[in-house]
Order: sequence, then C-alpha cells, then structure tokens
Amino acid sequence: MASSTAGAHDHPKGLRRFLFSTNHKDIGTLYLILAVVGGLVGMLMSVAIRAELMHPGISVFPGLAQMLYGADPSMATDAGKNLYNVFITAHGVLMIFFMVMPALMGGFANWFVPIMIGAPDMAFPRLNNISFWFLAVSLILLVMSMFVEGAPGMMGFGGGWVFYPPLSSNIGHPGPAMDFVILSLHLAGASSILGSINFITTIFNMRAPGMTLHKMPLFAWAMLVTAFLLVLTLPVLAGAITMLLTDRNFGTMFYDPAGGGDPLLFQHLFWFFGHPEVYVLILPAFGLISHIVSTFSKKPVFGYLGMAYAMVCIGFLGCIVWAHHMYTVGLSLNAQRYFVFATMVIAVPTGIKIFSWIATMWGGSISFRAPMIWAIGFIFVFTMGGVTGVVLANASVDRQLHETYYVVAHFHYTMSLGAVFGVFAGFYYWFPKMTGYLYNETLSKLHFLVLFVGVNLTFFPQHFLGLAGMPRRYIDYPDAFSSWNYLSSLGAFIGAFSMLVFFYTIIEAFMKKRYAGYNPWGSGATTLEWTLPSPPPFHQFETLPRITGAEHQ
Amino acid sequence: MALALPLILSAGLALAQVEGQPAPGGVGLPATVTDVGHDTQFFYNGILLPVITFIAISVLGLLLYVSWRFNENANPVPSKLTHHTGLEIVWTLVPILILVFISVPSFRLLTKQVEIPEAKVTIKVTGNQWYWSYKYPEDQGGGFGFDQLMKADADLEPGDVRLLSVDNEAVVPVNEVVKLQITAADVIHSFVIPAFSIRMDAVPGRLNETWFRAEKEGVYYGQCSKICGKDHAFMPSAIRVVSREKYEEWLAEAKKKYAVAETPVKLAASEAVR
Repeated sequence: MASSTAGAHDHPKGLRRFLFSTNHKDIGTLYLILAVVGGLVGMLMSVAIRAELMHPGISVFPGLAQMLYGADPSMATDAGKNLYNVFITAHGVLMIFFMVMPALMGGFANWFVPIMIGAPDMAFPRLNNISFWFLAVSLILLVMSMFVEGAPGMMGFGGGWVFYPPLSSNIGHPGPAMDFVILSLHLAGASSILGSINFITTIFNMRAPGMTLHKMPLFAWAMLVTAFLLVLTLPVLAGAITMLLTDRNFGTMFYDPAGGGDPLLFQHLFWFFGHPEVYVLILPAFGLISHIVSTFSKKPVFGYLGMAYAMVCIGFLGCIVWAHHMYTVGLSLNAQRYFVFATMVIAVPTGIKIFSWIATMWGGSISFRAPMIWAIGFIFVFTMGGVTGVVLANASVDRQLHETYYVVAHFHYTMSLGAVFGVFAGFYYWFPKMTGYLYNETLSKLHFLVLFVGVNLTFFPQHFLGLAGMPRRYIDYPDAFSSWNYLSSLGAFIGAFSMLVFFYTIIEAFMKKRYAGYNPWGSGATTLEWTLPSPPPFHQFETLPRITGAEHQ
Repeated sequence: MALALPLILSAGLALAQVEGQPAPGGVGLPATVTDVGHDTQFFYNGILLPVITFIAISVLGLLLYVSWRFNENANPVPSKLTHHTGLEIVWTLVPILILVFISVPSFRLLTKQVEIPEAKVTIKVTGNQWYWSYKYPEDQGGGFGFDQLMKADADLEPGDVRLLSVDNEAVVPVNEVVKLQITAADVIHSFVIPAFSIRMDAVPGRLNETWFRAEKEGVYYGQCSKICGKDHAFMPSAIRVVSREKYEEWLAEAKKKYAVAETPVKLAASEAVR
C-alpha cells in the first residue's frame, strides 16, 4: 500500500477513535452502548409504572414528582398524575427509538451487514457517524423535554408516544416540552433516514463478487426491507410533526378544526409512519433469528426465498394497514372493512416465517446453546403476540378491546418479548464475535429463564385486564382490577432483576477473557463473519471474498 | 392499609355479579346487555379464542417436539432438507382459509355495529378535560344538558364504586335504540361502555355516532379511553337504564333540575337524516 493512502487506513485511538469514528464496527459499538443506556432508563421507568399500578390508589408518583422536580407537597398528587403520563410517553419513545432501533439497526446491522455481505465497511462512513451523533443529541433533547413546562404548570410532555393533537398542540401542552420532543423526533428521524440510505446503498452496491441478492444472508435482507420502510415512511412523520410545530408556534391550523384543520389528519399521517415502524422493530429480529436457528440446527434455512420474500411482503403490507389503529375514530364502514382485510393478510407471511423456522429445526441436529434458547423463546412469544394481533385486526372485536390492556399485552408480546428476545438472542450470538470473548452460557440461560418468567408474568395477566375493560395509560384503576395488576407488577420486578444477571454475564465475560476464536458455534455457522477472527480486524476484507455456492446464506 | 385489604376483598365479592362494572379477577369479557355485545362475545369466545389458543398451542407443541426429537443427542446427523413445495403451499393456504373463516362473522358484526338503526332517543355526549357532558334534545322531551363528574373518594356512598361512580348519571330507557352523538370540546377523548360493547372517540370538530339497545335495567359504567391529560383516569361515564315510565319521570325532573344550567339545544341532524 502506498504511503499516501496510509492515512485512510490508520487506527485512531481513544476519543478520536469513537467521537470521529467512521468505522462501522466502532459505530455499531457506540449504538449498542446507547441502546443499553436507553433501555436501562426505559426499563426503570416501566418499573416505576408497575410499582404505581401494583395496588389501587396513587402512591408512587407524587413522591417521585417531589424528588424529580421538587414539586410542592400540596400539588404533589397533580404533579404525580402528570409525571405518570410523562413516564408512559418517555418509556415508549425510549424503548422504540433509543433501545430496539439502536440495538438491532444501529448496533447489529452496522456491525454485521457489511461483514455478512463481504464489504470492507458501509458505503458512506461519515454519514454513518453523523447518524449516530444525531441520535445521541436526540436523546438529550428528549430528556430535556421532561424538565421544561408542558401542560400548564406541569413538567414534560405526557400525551403518549402517538403525540395526538390537540393534546400535543397548544390546547393540551402549551409549554415548550412538546417542541423539544418534536425536535428530538426530527433528529432521530433524520438519523434513521441517513442510516437507511447508507444500508440500502451498501447492500445494493457493496456485496462481495458472486453474492447475488438471492444468495444474501437473511439478516441483510431484513435490513434492506427495514431501510426501505424507514426511507418511505419517516418523511411522512417528519411532515406531520413539522405541521404540528407550525400549529404550535406560527398560528397554522393543520390540526385545529377551529381553522378548518382536522385532528385526524395527524393520526393518519402518524400511523402511516407508526405502523411500518413496528415492523422496523421486528424485521431485523426476524432476520437474525433465522441465522441463529439455522446455525444451531446445523441446517441451512428452510425455504430461503420464501423467508426473504415473506419479509418483503410484510414490509409492503405494513405500509397499507395504518388505520387499523384508528377503528374507533369514526371511520366509514367501508374504510374499516378494507383495513380489517388488509391487516388479516399480514398473518399469512408471518405464519410462513414461524413455520419455516420450525421446519429449519425439523431434521436438524439441534444444540441448545444460549442463543438458540433465546431464539426458541422468541418464536413462541412472538406467536403469542401474533395471534392476539389477529384478534385485534377485527374492527368488530377491537371495538371492545381498543385502548385497553389487551392491546398493551399484544404489543408487548411482540415488542417487549419478541423484539427484546431478538435483541438478546443477537447479542448472545454475536457477543463472542464482537468482543473476542466467550460468556458463561449458564448465566445467559439463567438470564433467559428469569426474563421469560418475568415478562410472561407481567404481560399475560394484562390480557385478562384488557378483556375486563381496563383502559391503558391509567394511573389508577377500579379495585376489581387489583389482583391481576398485582401479579403483573411482580412479573415486572422479576424481569427487571434479570437485567442484573445480564450485566453480571457481560462483566464476567470481560473479566475471565475466554478467547472465542474464529467460530465458537461450529459447523452450522456459515455466514461470512465466522470466517474472520474475533474480534474482526479494524478493516476486514481488504481482499474481497468470492462467493460461489449458497454456503454463506 | 392492613384494614383496607379485607375491605377491598369483601367489596369485590359483593360486586362480583354486578353487570356494568368489572368483576374482580375476571379472565374474560364482562357480562353484556346488548345484542351487539352478545355477538361480540360469541365471536370472541366461540371463534377467535379457540382458534388462537389452538394455533399457539400447536406452535408450542411443534417447538417442544422438534426440540425433543431433533436435539443433537437424538439426531446427530442433520438432514439437508431446505425445500418442500407441498408443505410451503399448505402453510400458506391453511392460514388463508382460517382467516376467511374468521372474517365472515367479523364483517357481519362490524356492519351491525356501524349501521345505526332508527333511534327514538338521541343524546349528544361531549368530552371535556376531565368530565363528560350530555345534552338531551328538546324534540324528544329533553331540552337540557348536564355535566357528569367523577365522585371524589370522600363523596362515595354505600353502593358506589371508586373511580366509576359519578354525580349525575345519564338515563336512558330499556329495550330502546339509543343513538349517541359524540364529540369533544378540547382534546380527544373516547366514550366507552364495555357492557354495551360500544367505543367511539370524541374528536373536536367531528360528530361521531354510535348506538346501543340495553336489554336490562341497571347502571353501566365506562372510562375515558384516549389519553387526555392529567386526569385521564378520572373521568368515568355512567348510564342508568330504566323502564320507559321511569325515563319519562326522569326527563320531567331533569328538565327542571338542569333548566338553568344550559340553553336548550335542538339536534341539527336528527330529523334531516331520515
């Protein structure tokens, strides 16, 4: 290599390495750290929420409001009620934008999409850097929003992660908190759009010679679909919240019926983004679960093309079902019929994925290493979340269950269990590759067991609460709901405890320094990352690998 | 606190059979008193719940079976099977058939919910931060309106339910179609009575409609179901269903009681629509 190009291949150290990083692996690591921070704060909020809901009456949040804001004791109950709303909002936003997305998309995809397709790095390394730092700043803005006025005399924005006006406009939250949230969302959105452009370009242009799209690993397929969803739908969200911003600050009336606007316009625009967003959260998990199931069954993925195109199909359908979140807003009968129909169709490609995972295991020689346990757990809990989704797809039954805890249980089974189990499965699958060290698998399995028991105990009883009619986003509930809420809270505390096991597992792995070698998982691990040392060199594939058969799918 | 628990439990037992409010520890849909509610219960309990339980248990069973049959001790040499066209067609077609089976009663019920039959009683319901207000149109014997606020804990009387009981119950006649016209004055709220299987968002600038015909007298409670700010959890709704005669009596009383509170309203669309 000529000395003139040496600058492009040096290995910066310390602050320069991470602050100005253009290396996809370092940026991936930064994203993972951000996801841990976001997830930890989001989880602590959920513990506070469940502690409040453990018994009827208001007990936790007034004290919390006094602690956080120094609220006047005479106003503590009101401040507590407001803080509860702020917490449920921030819990949702944090878990979606600052935990699952940075973990699956920022973290794992940055780390492994280039390696899996045999590329030296992402297509636009500097763009990659700015995507990360946008997200970091976005997180800071979101936290700041909790400490400025929102509703009159109250701190923070407490209108749910859906930000429906007029609650999010000057009528509900005249203070600047919502403006901070809007700016935060704008930055998070820009971060994801730039990241998605980067993934699309990388995947289309930088695959190793011989790796056609139909030989590409399913995780890369998942990221391709995810990136397209984000590029297509995030600009719609950006438009929606910009109109909200001008409604709030410049006297426009896009969402104000007093000026000819329509609050429902925001809901349509929001869910045009919001529904694909939930697939953004789960598709990367679909991709990596396929690799884990295949690796530990020592069999290639069953029905590879079906799996890839099922994801494309889910992505497409995900974009045309948004108003199933709005069955009760007063949609016409025909609009409701259409959205019921389109929503139910999603069950078909999702079923293909579930059955193909099981068929991949069928006839295999399954070794129950830690990531495989997490993957099997994922398949089961995601199925549970999926079938209640079929129930809710029916507008007629949704009339009974909408905005109740049944919906909370449904989307936590797909997200808090599904996507999160995907995150942990991926983490335990790739941890040896990313760090070079093996973790203690017994600890990881213990983590799985405690979390599995905890989250199922948390969310299964919520189906009963929802059927009985307990509305979501409630700080207090009629006494009849107390028994299931008590169990649900116990489950949340068990789930929170499992995080201690998780952190201990990581610390133990770094302390013991058991070297992982190239491939700790054996003959089933066939994708390109397992042909590299652990951790991979700072720049991999200076000579591009040449793909001939289907062996790296 | 030590005293409160047995109190709550005994109160729970006493209320266990009461329709119109949640039953303690319930695991299913609440008792219903409308035709739409019966259909919803049949659809959920009779079709959806068995189907989804069967699917979830089948997937769990398959996972357990492959884990047992194909673990590396039982099956040391993996097969190389990666395609089976017949199987893939089956697991695409069978879910489609199941969905078609579900969709028939689903669409029938949906139509029943949304198409409003001719109603003798129309009530306008408005969501406010944080209470509901009701208006009874003059041409149906009303001509008054009132606000419905949650009773604070200190005001609860024996028989009241914490967080559900209100100061002014709305009254409707039994076995008659009641049409609700629902809107909001400030932010979005949502009007729900689980025992009637109705739910309709109250959106500023919109007049949404829904209906019910209660088959049984009693008090039926609901809670606001769209986050609307600080006291979202503290704006219940309560509808008392009474006989036609009692309803007429109530109308006459209410007309006097609420006379000064509101200017009379005439319902704009109630005649023109039909």
